[in-house]
Amino acid sequence: MDSTVQVLLALSVALFAIGLLGLVIRRNLLVMLMCMELMLNGVNLSLVTFAHQMGSTVGAVLVFLIFVVAAAEIAIAIPIVLLLVRRKRTLDIGAFTGLKG
Amino acid sequence: MTALLQNLDTLLIYVFAALALVGALLMLVLRQPMRVALALISTMISLGAIYGLLGVHFIAAFQVLIYVGAVMVFMVYAIMLLEAREATPTGRFSALALPGIVAALVLVGALGYGAWHGFAALAGAAEGARFGIQQFSVSFLNDYWLHFELTSVLLVAAVVAALAVIKAGRRTHG
Repeated sequence: MDSTVQVLLALSVALFAIGLLGLVIRRNLLVMLMCMELMLNGVNLSLVTFAHQMGSTVGAVLVFLIFVVAAAEIAIAIPIVLLLVRRKRTLDIGAFTGLKG
Repeated sequence: MTALLQNLDTLLIYVFAALALVGALLMLVLRQPMRVALALISTMISLGAIYGLLGVHFIAAFQVLIYVGAVMVFMVYAIMLLEAREATPTGRFSALALPGIVAALVLVGALGYGAWHGFAALAGAAEGARFGIQQFSVSFLNDYWLHFELTSVLLVAAVVAALAVIKAGRRTHG
């Protein structure tokens, strides 16, 4: 069972790093949002793995709070992206370099 | 028989872990946002299967219900709405691709080292104690009720913020 736990932790590390990498290197706004979701999923996996290993409910509670935060995040992020696209007619992140401050 | 079933569980966990990793890697290279969304959905479903195999079925159910059922459906609608409006297709990678990959490899190394070696000392500390939805619910609503209520405040704030964003866009756009 220990090796399973270690594999799952390695997977959660990989998911988080891939999400961060995608956030940095991709140009499409929607793809960047999805990469943020992937990072949250990686964190969730590590929390569930630790909660399972420790037999404690704290990790599961935190996972539920992260679900709520993810839903709230996407509910705010999508309208913002809609407004940005309405203004510039493109999903390319390079078009929004004027957004400062 | 039980040993065989346990081995099967472990094998299935490995299979779904590989599927999740493949889906995540595909997210980096696929060009069209809809395909990226499908790759992310397959990753999330694989994670849900892993949660189910670990025995925390209620988290698996909510993973599928909330992430795949709500968040990703919303995302797919947004993609369908925005793809039609976009004049020119965007390039795939930004100029930061190479330094980003190097930095991500460093991050994987550091986090992986910490997870692999730091956990070896911890392993086996409190193995065996399992919890079901009953312990979870009691703990959730007895010990963490304040956090639960605070998430409702967060959701109200999110709804108000989304309405404010839409209204601000309408005002500037005429």
